[in-house]
Amino acid sequence: MKSEFELITGRTRRQADGLHLGKDSEEYRQATALVEMSAEDIARLGLEEGDRVRLQTAAGEVQVPVYTGDLPSGLLFMPMGPTANALVGTDTDASGTPPFKDLKVQVTPT
Amino acid sequence: MTETIKNAVCSFCGCLCDDIEVEVERGEIARVRKVCSNGRGLFTHYDPTPRQPTVDGQKVSWEEAIAEAVQVLAEADSPLIYGLSSAVVEAQRKAIELADWLGAIVDTTSSVCHGTTGLALQTVGEPTCTLGEVRNRADLLVFWGCNPAASHLRHFTRYSVTPRGRFTPNGRKDRTVVAVDVRPTGTSRVADIFLQVKPGTDFEVLTTLRTLLQGKADEIVAKSVGGIPIAQLQALVDRMTSCRFGVAFMGMGLTQTRGRDLTISELFTLVAELNEHTRFSVMPMRGHGNVAGADQVMTWQTGYPFGVSYARGYPVYGPGEFSAVDVVSRGEADAALVLASDPIAHWPAATARQLEQIPTIVLDPMPSLTTNIAHVVFPTAQSGVDATGTAYRMDKVPIRLRAVLSRERPTDEEILDQIVEAMR
Repeated sequence: MKSEFELITGRTRRQADGLHLGKDSEEYRQATALVEMSAEDIARLGLEEGDRVRLQTAAGEVQVPVYTGDLPSGLLFMPMGPTANALVGTDTDASGTPPFKDLKVQVTPT
Repeated sequence: MTETIKNAVCSFCGCLCDDIEVEVERGEIARVRKVCSNGRGLFTHYDPTPRQPTVDGQKVSWEEAIAEAVQVLAEADSPLIYGLSSAVVEAQRKAIELADWLGAIVDTTSSVCHGTTGLALQTVGEPTCTLGEVRNRADLLVFWGCNPAASHLRHFTRYSVTPRGRFTPNGRKDRTVVAVDVRPTGTSRVADIFLQVKPGTDFEVLTTLRTLLQGKADEIVAKSVGGIPIAQLQALVDRMTSCRFGVAFMGMGLTQTRGRDLTISELFTLVAELNEHTRFSVMPMRGHGNVAGADQVMTWQTGYPFGVSYARGYPVYGPGEFSAVDVVSRGEADAALVLASDPIAHWPAATARQLEQIPTIVLDPMPSLTTNIAHVVFPTAQSGVDATGTAYRMDKVPIRLRAVLSRERPTDEEILDQIVEAMR
């Protein structure tokens, strides 16, 4: 069962803590390789805390655990980092800035 | 014996907090006080022990590494110089000199964060102020598309929300805080008023605020815009016009979403128009410690803030054309020098894979995902820890970074200077 969401990426305190330990550290990987979803959407998709989901955009796909976040229904959040960047396209719309937010994402429980 | 260094500067983010206390014992940092959790690692996880440079992962002498870097850059038809934002002004200046000498493209991390803010201020101007003015005068704070509660942890206490200022003697009680975002955040929980807008509607909301400011409420037929009732937007306009000194802080919720510089131009124009009623300023929440300095130095040296090509022998500005992600994604760079940045971690994955295909030279105090793939790595000193230098705070105030440890590594500026001299 696929569902379409909008994804934004951004900074978190845990991501900052992890980067000081090294971006190839387990702490950084755990801080950035996850997605947050509203409790309503988690229930609607029949998911539980920590279940893995496949996220797909036109740029790529990743599989990450899902956790409850304080988000409106239909919106996802991922900490900035290499995992989220697999979903980000390279078209900067002539601005230089890639689309790190406003990403249309297909979510599939795995 | 313990030596205490007061008023050290944390250069992790654009706040550049300059009240840090560092205790040094036997040449090592033993304790750091007043620093936030985001910046603490800059002092506690940096090992200042000298390390040899590497070529393809093999340790070499500094002379050999310089020679290899020079050869890579000299043989390239279209080299890229990128990053700069966590380096000090002195190194940034030298990097741009190298770009000029090489006929290279030079771009900073601004292009992936607040580059679009630069485009907006070039279009409509930027009514701005210093953080000292915010602290002492501001009685209305609007945080739009930014979350300093996660990214700039001492901003609230040092500059904006809680400090007692000359004209805000009661601190938090003298200020109204508004947050505008698509989701609740740590910042919205601190705010008195939270406007949760629908994703992708910032431009419409800002245009509506401008319309209401011009007294044209009768011309608005919608009952709500971006999910916010018109009455609530009118109340915000009333609050904005009746405050003594308002400041809008904005972040990547605007710079990286659809509309980008057009949306930011709308906010900057709203702020400019508010000055017909009261005093109002806008300030981008800059992320890297000296990304504001990178904009300054690029503008001194080239005339433009980012995305510049020297290929014609003079600086040509081209966001979208000479910005790093565009250049590398299109396969137009055949070598890269990365100064104090980690594009492998922070670029779109396809662009990062493209960077791995070309010889890359990296200057960085710490290992990173980019040093992992680099052809030549120079482990340089960390400004603000074992090296001095100048950085610009997010309000464009220059701050001198102090060294709290004695330096045994070369600085970025010294390495770049040796490369420039060898190129001559």
